[in-house]
Amino acid sequence: MAVSTSVLAGIIFGVGLLVSGMSNPAKVLGFLDVAGHWDPSLVLVMSGAVAVNFVAFAVARKRTVSFLGLDMKLRSSRHIDRRLVLGSVLFGVGWGIAGLCPGPALVVLGTAQPKAVVFFAAMLGGMGAFEWLEQRKAIRAENAARSVQTG
Amino acid sequence: MNIDWNAFTPWCALAGGFLIGIAAAMLLLLNGRIAGISGVLGGILKPAKGDTAWRLAFAGGLVLTPMVAGHFGAWPDIRIDTGFGALVAAGFLVGIGTRYGSGCTSGHGVCGLSRLSPRSLAATLSFMSAGFATVFVVRHVFGI
Repeated sequence: MAVSTSVLAGIIFGVGLLVSGMSNPAKVLGFLDVAGHWDPSLVLVMSGAVAVNFVAFAVARKRTVSFLGLDMKLRSSRHIDRRLVLGSVLFGVGWGIAGLCPGPALVVLGTAQPKAVVFFAAMLGGMGAFEWLEQRKAIRAENAARSVQTG
Repeated sequence: MNIDWNAFTPWCALAGGFLIGIAAAMLLLLNGRIAGISGVLGGILKPAKGDTAWRLAFAGGLVLTPMVAGHFGAWPDIRIDTGFGALVAAGFLVGIGTRYGSGCTSGHGVCGLSRLSPRSLAATLSFMSAGFATVFVVRHVFGI
């Protein structure tokens, strides 16, 4: 059941991206180009989505299990640090170059355009690089802790 | 500021935004999960037991969308003007940046702002500013 509602949510999300035009990189770049001929559409896309979710989160906050009886995984950090800001800046630079963020990247992947496949592969590469760097950091921290213990 | 009234599609934008909101609300209220796409993908790359199937299903649904739309005779209008080399760089930055920043346009921009998270507001302002600055440099400084 949880899998079928996920597929359905994914398809509705994707149709929303298509209808809003946000799966079209050329349109997204039109929004990011504030100094040129600016297309404010993305502001309304986000407003519409936030309006619905504002209500949904108000409902979700009061629940300990979902309507399908699954545990609610909502907790998140409230900490604003360098990692959050610098990571988001890197993301923004990539977004500004291509006009693609992860959701639309998946939708355009479904058109099997070679450029969409290349972007998606590079994006997975970036996510993989993050996992690798995190793993290395964890190992180094562990080794440092061990050398403190033995030394 | 010079609004491009021919490109501006307010009704489609709002309708699409509502659909995105409904999809995120479904995942939240039925599955108890946040529809942050970079986080969903990140969890597939570093799988935890019993927490992968819904992620693959959600990502798969997004990939299926053009086929579903095509079935109804509405093949999407998608134009990627960026060259292959720049797409590789952009994809890598989007991948690593969204993981370090713990979210993207959906996780921070839609879900985070809906729950009034100051952290998500900081992330959204950061990636929006960087996006504006990058397009400014690409289009108006280098004139590409």
